[in-house]
Amino acid sequence: MAQQIIDIQISELLERAKEMQAQGQRLVQICCTTLSETLELQYSFDLDFAYTSFRITLPKEGGAVPSISSIFLCAFLYENEIHDLFGVKITGIAVDFQGKFYRTATPRAFNPEAVTGEVKA
Amino acid sequence: MSKRTIIPFGPQHPVLPEPIHLDLVIEDEKVIEAIPSIGFIHRGLEKLVEKKDFIDYVFVAERICGICSFIHGMTYCIAMEELLKLEVPSRAQYLRVIWSELSRIHSHLLWLGLTADAFGFENLFMQSWQIREQILDIIEETTGGRVIFGSCKVGGVRRDISAEKLQEILKKLRSYRNQWTEIGGIFLNDTTVKHRLQGVGKLSMEQAKTLGAVGPMLRGSGVAMDIRMTGYSGYNKLGFTPVVETAGDCYSRCKVRIRELDQSLQLIETCVTQMTEGPLEAKVVGFPNGEFFARSEQPRGEAIYYAKANGTKFLQRLRVRTPTFANLPPLLTALAGCQLADVPVIVLTIDPCISCAER
Amino acid sequence: MSFLSMSKMVLRKLFSAPVTERYPFVPKVHPVGARGKVNIEIEKCIFCGICQRRCPTTAIIVTKEPKVWEIDRLRCISCNLCVDVCPKKCLALDTQYSPCCVGPQKDSYHA
Repeated sequence: MAQQIIDIQISELLERAKEMQAQGQRLVQICCTTLSETLELQYSFDLDFAYTSFRITLPKEGGAVPSISSIFLCAFLYENEIHDLFGVKITGIAVDFQGKFYRTATPRAFNPEAVTGEVKA
Repeated sequence: MSKRTIIPFGPQHPVLPEPIHLDLVIEDEKVIEAIPSIGFIHRGLEKLVEKKDFIDYVFVAERICGICSFIHGMTYCIAMEELLKLEVPSRAQYLRVIWSELSRIHSHLLWLGLTADAFGFENLFMQSWQIREQILDIIEETTGGRVIFGSCKVGGVRRDISAEKLQEILKKLRSYRNQWTEIGGIFLNDTTVKHRLQGVGKLSMEQAKTLGAVGPMLRGSGVAMDIRMTGYSGYNKLGFTPVVETAGDCYSRCKVRIRELDQSLQLIETCVTQMTEGPLEAKVVGFPNGEFFARSEQPRGEAIYYAKANGTKFLQRLRVRTPTFANLPPLLTALAGCQLADVPVIVLTIDPCISCAER
Repeated sequence: MSFLSMSKMVLRKLFSAPVTERYPFVPKVHPVGARGKVNIEIEKCIFCGICQRRCPTTAIIVTKEPKVWEIDRLRCISCNLCVDVCPKKCLALDTQYSPCCVGPQKDSYHA
């Protein structure tokens, strides 16, 4: 199982996603990781079991990324999840649940330090 | 244009074993759009990994889902073994495949029963679950648990199955095959059942691909994609080819699952003939370090475990992408344009496992 | 066209013995190796506390002075880990489950 992780900038994201769509790749998942200083977003694609993952590094608070749900519609679930659990602002989600996707007792349960920042998307 | 109404479907509904809520926008009897909302049973199991020893977390991983429990535990172990650079002994891999396929058989039989129940065929439901019960008995005899197997550990497996026991299991499974062929015939040939399944919840090949469908949902639409083709845990030695149907409706998803029952039995048979005696586990040395995406094929489709570790006994992050989560967007597409009465059947054909999806 | 395709099966079932078990009139017999409740041979126990440290659900509490081994039956998930790690092999899993309970149910064993 070949898999590679490529570091990219936020500005490249939409371009890369379009490229992937043109190649007929499938969006496998979007994953967010809380590290001690930063947040990491991984956008994973798959074509015939060749696995590619693009990594973006964000600050822990007030990070914002554009949504790729206009390119891959199925991204809207992952993006809402990341918004609700990690407090990452994602702009232009196709179906935006406005923070009502997960009903957790603690807001941003997976990134509790980011208590400030925006509430409304 | 007639008036549009919104009908809430769930979170409590007779066909749903677990809570998911759909807002159905309907026009007369026709569904125009469906808007999902989940998050009723979010348990934060991914977060728990920061407080649990990586060896003990396998017990939590198994409890992410009650139906595909073994494969959840196994995928977690595969991720850990990759990070620890462990080589799993071949006998352990074969045993893992046998248990995975047993859990696939019991999950598909459960699904057949639930589907029969969804279109109101109570008797067929009971017959499917009767066969499933016998599979659960085999599982209890070999692992000690009926639903939570608890037989997988980082580095190998915790129990062995003796050669006589394996032959006995094969003999039993072959007799159950006659039983499931009989009820499979009813699912595929009976006019009333066909009437409820054929042409319902269509998902074209193109849609299935772009919306990221996985598992029987994808294979029912004519895409030959099955993670077992990548040959994880020794599937490459078993001569595996995926089951594919092309119609893309509920009927073809049902057919994929019925054909996969026979295929799973075949895989178990191949395993039993190829298996050799040997050690059951590799010793765990050191702590995991690095990051890895482990992928496996569950009864419902592709599951992904992303593990990131920094060389301590606690992982930094474990992310689980379950098949039901990936199958939600295709479900919404399949629902658009269907009749209100068909909604329960279509929702069931993705084999929803909501506590899996929310973790 | 196929109608009433189930009638053959239904008739057969009508004249055969029931497939369900007559529980609770006939007690359920679990196969050898089934994971039921944890039993302890308290005379052999050395109260080292390894089972307490390794228990994934923290169901076991071991105190050295006085020598008590306690288990919360509701928390225990019968995972067999304590049995695996016990240095004196004084723990074992029964094939029978512990009886139903509605709240925390502590069983204490004194040396």
